[in-house]
Amino acid sequence: MKAFETFETPSAARVNYINAEYGLKSWLLTRDHKRIALLYLGSISFFFFIGGLYAMFIRLELLTPQGDLLASTTYNKVFTQHGIIMIFFFLIPSIPATLGNFLVPLMIGAKDLAFPRINLLSWYIYLLGGIITIYALLAGGVDTGWTFYAPYSTTFSNSYVIAAGLGIFVSGFSSILTGLNFIVTIHTMRAPGMTWFRLPLFIWAHYATSLVMILGTPVVAITILLLAFERVAHVGIFDPAAGGDPVLFQHLFWFYSHPAVYIMVLPSMGVVSELIANFSRKNIFGYKFVAFSSLAIAVFGFLVWGHHLFVASQSVYAGMIFSFLSFAVAIPSAIKVFNWTATLYKGSISYDTPMLYALGFIGLFTVGGMTGLFLAALAVDVHVSDTYFIVAHFHYIMVGGALFGYLGGLHYWWPKISGRMYPEGWGRFSALVIFVGFNLTFLPQFVAGYLGMPRRYHAYPPEFQVFNVLSSAGASILGVGFLIPMIYLVWSMRYGKLAEANPWHLPGLEWRTASPPPTENFLATPVVTWEAYEFAPVEEMRVIGKFRDEEV
Amino acid sequence: MQTSWLPFIPESASTVSGKVDALYFYLSGVTLFFSLLIGGVITFFVIKYRRRLPNEIPRPIAGSHKLEILWSVIPFIIAMSMFAWGAQIYFQNSRPPKNANEVYVVGKQWMWKIQHSTGQREINELHVPIGRKIKLIMTSEDTIHDFFIPAFRIKADVLPGKYTMQWFEATKPGTYHLFCAEYCGMNHSGMIGSIIVMQPTEFDSWLSGNVNQQSPAVAGQQLFQSLGCVSCHGANGEGGRGPTLAGLFGGKVFLNNNQTLTADESYIRESIENPAAKVVNGFNPIMPTFQGQVTPEQLIQIISYIKSLQISNPQSTTPAAPAAKAAPASQTGATPAPNKQ
Amino acid sequence: MAESHIATEHAASHPALQHHFENMEQQREAGALGMWVFLVTEIMFFGGMFLAYTLYRTKFPLEFASASNHLSLAMGTINTGVLIFSSFTMAFAVYSAQTGKQRAQVVSLVLTILLGLTFLGIKAVEYYDKYRDSLIPGRLFPGRPFNPAGVHLLPGADPRHVEMFYWIYFAMTGMHAVHMIIGVGVLSVITFFAARGRYGPEYHNPVEITGLYWHFVDIIWIFLFPLLYLLGRHLEHGG
Repeated sequence: MKAFETFETPSAARVNYINAEYGLKSWLLTRDHKRIALLYLGSISFFFFIGGLYAMFIRLELLTPQGDLLASTTYNKVFTQHGIIMIFFFLIPSIPATLGNFLVPLMIGAKDLAFPRINLLSWYIYLLGGIITIYALLAGGVDTGWTFYAPYSTTFSNSYVIAAGLGIFVSGFSSILTGLNFIVTIHTMRAPGMTWFRLPLFIWAHYATSLVMILGTPVVAITILLLAFERVAHVGIFDPAAGGDPVLFQHLFWFYSHPAVYIMVLPSMGVVSELIANFSRKNIFGYKFVAFSSLAIAVFGFLVWGHHLFVASQSVYAGMIFSFLSFAVAIPSAIKVFNWTATLYKGSISYDTPMLYALGFIGLFTVGGMTGLFLAALAVDVHVSDTYFIVAHFHYIMVGGALFGYLGGLHYWWPKISGRMYPEGWGRFSALVIFVGFNLTFLPQFVAGYLGMPRRYHAYPPEFQVFNVLSSAGASILGVGFLIPMIYLVWSMRYGKLAEANPWHLPGLEWRTASPPPTENFLATPVVTWEAYEFAPVEEMRVIGKFRDEEV
Repeated sequence: MQTSWLPFIPESASTVSGKVDALYFYLSGVTLFFSLLIGGVITFFVIKYRRRLPNEIPRPIAGSHKLEILWSVIPFIIAMSMFAWGAQIYFQNSRPPKNANEVYVVGKQWMWKIQHSTGQREINELHVPIGRKIKLIMTSEDTIHDFFIPAFRIKADVLPGKYTMQWFEATKPGTYHLFCAEYCGMNHSGMIGSIIVMQPTEFDSWLSGNVNQQSPAVAGQQLFQSLGCVSCHGANGEGGRGPTLAGLFGGKVFLNNNQTLTADESYIRESIENPAAKVVNGFNPIMPTFQGQVTPEQLIQIISYIKSLQISNPQSTTPAAPAAKAAPASQTGATPAPNKQ
Repeated sequence: MAESHIATEHAASHPALQHHFENMEQQREAGALGMWVFLVTEIMFFGGMFLAYTLYRTKFPLEFASASNHLSLAMGTINTGVLIFSSFTMAFAVYSAQTGKQRAQVVSLVLTILLGLTFLGIKAVEYYDKYRDSLIPGRLFPGRPFNPAGVHLLPGADPRHVEMFYWIYFAMTGMHAVHMIIGVGVLSVITFFAARGRYGPEYHNPVEITGLYWHFVDIIWIFLFPLLYLLGRHLEHGG
C-alpha cells in the first residue's frame, strides 16, 4: 500500500539535538530538556545497576535459611541500601525525569520546559544527592531499612544515617523542581489548539505525579532533616527517651512515602495508556475517566498513609477510616484497568515489544493492586504486615507496575530518543524473560508471607526455604532479563536501523517531528487540530515545519 | 512446626485465625477471579483483534458512561464488603476481654522477656493453655519491636515509652513460632521464640513447677515502698497528699482541666513518668517525675501492684495471688475512685 | 481530518524574552505560576514542623508556656514590625517597577534588604542570648549542654520537656532565617539589575516573583511569632 510507505527519510544525518553540539561542556551545561533527559537516563541506569547488585546479594543470602553468606550487619545494610537506591534514586526519577523530561514538551508542542535552567539544576541536585548517598555507602553503609524508623535510626543505629538521610533530602529537591517544571509547563506552554482534553494521557499522568511530588516531597524532606538534627544534637521529637513520639515519625514519613508509590506508578500508567491506545490504533476508551482517575489517585493517595500503621498502636477508629479510604483509592485504579482492556476491543493490535510490556503491566498491576486490598483489609493486614506478603505486593507494584511501564516506554520512544530502532526480536525475547523471571521471583513470596515469614530477616526457619529457593531462581532469570535490554539498547545507539520520524505511524505530536528531534523540537509552532489518539492514514499525520538542512 | 491442612496456610491455632483465613480465602477468590477475567479478556482481544493489515485503522469508540458506572460501582461494592468484613474482625479483636489472663512482655534488642501475672518468667518462650483468654501487655526497653504469632494471626508493635496490647485464645496444643516483625537492628532475625500451647491441666502443672518466683504485683509493692510512693499515696494506696490509688484502675478519673478519662496502663505510666501531664482534680502537681529511675519492667510491676489494690477491703489488701488462683484478673469489680472536689 | 498548520511567528520580541517562550505574557505567567507552586511546597515543608509543634504543645502545655515566656517578647515584637514594614517596601518596589519609577524601585529594594538584615541581626542577638543561657538544645556546644535552670517554670512544668520547646523553636525560626538569608541574597541580585535599569513596565517578572517569595517568608513569621512568643503569657500573669 502506497499510503503507508515512509514519507520521511531517516533523519539521523540531519542536525538534531544530539549532534547539534559536541563536547562534554555542551552536555554538562545544556538547557535542552532532551539532553537533560539523557543525563538522567545515564545516571538512573547506574543506580539501577547498583540497586540490582544489592538485590542479587539479598537473594543469594536467602537461598539457605542459616544466614551464612553475609554477616547479619552486612545483610541489614544490603537490604537497606537496595531500598534506598531503588526507591529514591531509580524508581522516583525513572519515568518523570527521563521519559517525562524528554516528552512533556514534545507532546504538548512546546520548545522546552518552562524553566530550562531549573531543569538542569534538578539533575545536578539529583547527582549531588546521589554522591552523598554513595559516600554513605562507601564510608560504611546504613542499616536502618529504607524507612528510617525512629528511635532505631535516631539512637540505636551505628551507621551512616545522617549522610544517607542527607542524600535523600537533597535528591528530594530535584523531584520537587521536576514536578514544579511540569506543572507550569503543562499549564502555560501548550501549543495552540492543544486543549486540556486533547492532551495525551501521559501528560495527565505526569500532571498528577507532579502534584504528588510538590505536595509530598517537602514533608519527607523536613522529616529526614529533623531526624538528622536529632542524631547530631541528641535531642528530639521522635525519640521517646526525650519525650518524643516515634509514631509521629511514621506518620510524617508515610505521608510522603505512600504517595511516593504513586509517583512511581502514575507515570507508568500514563505510559501504558499511550501504549495500549497506540499499539491497538484506538482512541482510549473513556478518555476522561482515565485522565481524572490519575488526579483522583494523586489526591486520595494523600489520605491513606495510616494503613502503614495498622499494627503500630494507631487507634482502632483511625485504622478503620484509613482502611476505608484505602479501599476507595482502589476504585480509580480499577477504572483504568477496565478502560485499558476495553480499548483493545475491536482494535488493530500489534505485538511489538512496548505492547508486550504494556500487556504485562496490566496483568501484574492487577495482581499487585488486588493484593493491595489484602493489606487494606484490617484483619488480614494484622497478619501479613511486615511479612514477605508486603514485599511481594510492593514489588508487583514497583517492578511489575513502575518498571514494566518504564521499559515499555523506553522501547516505544527509543526511536525518537536515539534516532535508531532497537532489535525487535531481542526486545520481545527479553520482555518474555523478564515477565517469567519476575513472577517466579515474587509469586512465592506471597505464600511465604502468609505463612508468616517476616521481612528483613537475615536467617529464617527452614520451612520457608522452598519459597526462597524459587524466589532466588526467579531473580537470576530476572537479572539476565534486565541485562539483555541494557546491552542491545546501547548497541542500537550505534548499530541499530535508522528510525523514521514516525516509525509506528501515530498521531501524537512527538511523532510529527524528526527522530531525533531538533534542539527546538519543532521548527515552527505546531497548531493542534486533532483529538488525542485520532488515527489517520499516515500521510495525513504530517511532520510540522521543515528541517534545517532543507531550508539551507 | 506442624503443617496445616492446606499447604499455603499456616497452622490455625487461635479463635481468630479461622476468621482471618476465611476473609483471606474470600480476598484470594476475588483476586483470582478478576485476574483471570482480565487476563482472559485481554488474551482473547489480543488474539481476535490482532493487526491483520499494516494500514488498517479501526473505527474509534468513544466510551460508555454506562460501562464506566458499572465498573466503578461493582468494584466499589466488592471493596466495601472486604472493608466491612476486615474491619469487623479487627474491631472485635481490638478490645481485650475483661476476664483475660495478663502476661507482661518486654522487648529488648534482641530478646523477649515475658512474665506471667503469677510471677513466672520466661525468655523467648511463652507457655499458654488452650481455652483461656490471654492478654499481652507489651512495652520495649529500646527500639520498636513487634510481637508476631503467625499461627494465631496476631501482631502488634511493641513501642518504647508506651504500652500496647493484644490478646488471643489458643485452640490447639503445639509449639508455634514467635517472630519480631519490626526491624530492630543487628540480630532482628534472631529475636524469635516459641509459643507453647498446652492443655490446661498440663499448663497448671507447668505453672506449679515454676512457682517460686515473685509475682509482679508483690515486686511492685516493694518498689512502692522503696521509691517512697507510700508517703503521699498511703501504705495501701488509700491516698493522702496524692490521689487515692486503690480501685483506681479501670475507673474514671476527673482531671483539673475538667476532662475525664479512664485509668489504664498508659495513664498510670504517664502519671509516673510525667506527673504534670494529667493532674487529678483537687490536687496540686507536686509529684516529682520518676522517668529514668524505674526500668520498664519495674513500671510494669508497679502498675500491676496498683491494679491489685482494691477499694472494698483496704486493710487486707494483699497482692500476692497464689498461682492456682491465677485466672480472671481481679479488677473487674473495681468501682471508680472517689475524687476530692 | 488531521491537518496541521504553522503558527505565524510573533513579531519583534522583547530582549528579555527567553527563546522557548512565545511571548512576554506567557513568560510572565509561567514565572508567577512557578513561584506559587514553589510556595505550596514551602507550606508543606513548614507544615511538618507546625504539626510537630501542635502535637508537643498539646502534650507539654506548661513546659511550652514556661519556655515561651523566657523568649524576649520585645525583640520578637520589634522583629515582627521590621518584617511587616519590609513587606511594605517590597510591595512598593514591585509597584515602582510596574510603573517605571526606577529610582523609587531601587531605593525600596535597598530598604527591603536593610530591613531583612535588621531582622537577621536581632535574631542573631536572640540566638546568642539563648547560647549564653545554655538553652541551645542537646549537646551541640561542648561547654554548654542544654540546661533549663534559667527558665522560670510554671507550677507543674517538668524541666526535662522544656528542651522540646527550644528544639522546635530553633528548628522553626532557624528554617525561617535560612529562608530570609536566601531572600536577601536574591534581593541583592535583583537590586543590582534594577540599578542598571533592567526592569520596567514591560518586564518586571523577577521583581514580582521575588516579592511573592518575600511576602511568603513574612507570613511564615506572622504565624511563628504568636505561636512561639505569645503562648502562655497569660498563665504567668493571671496566676
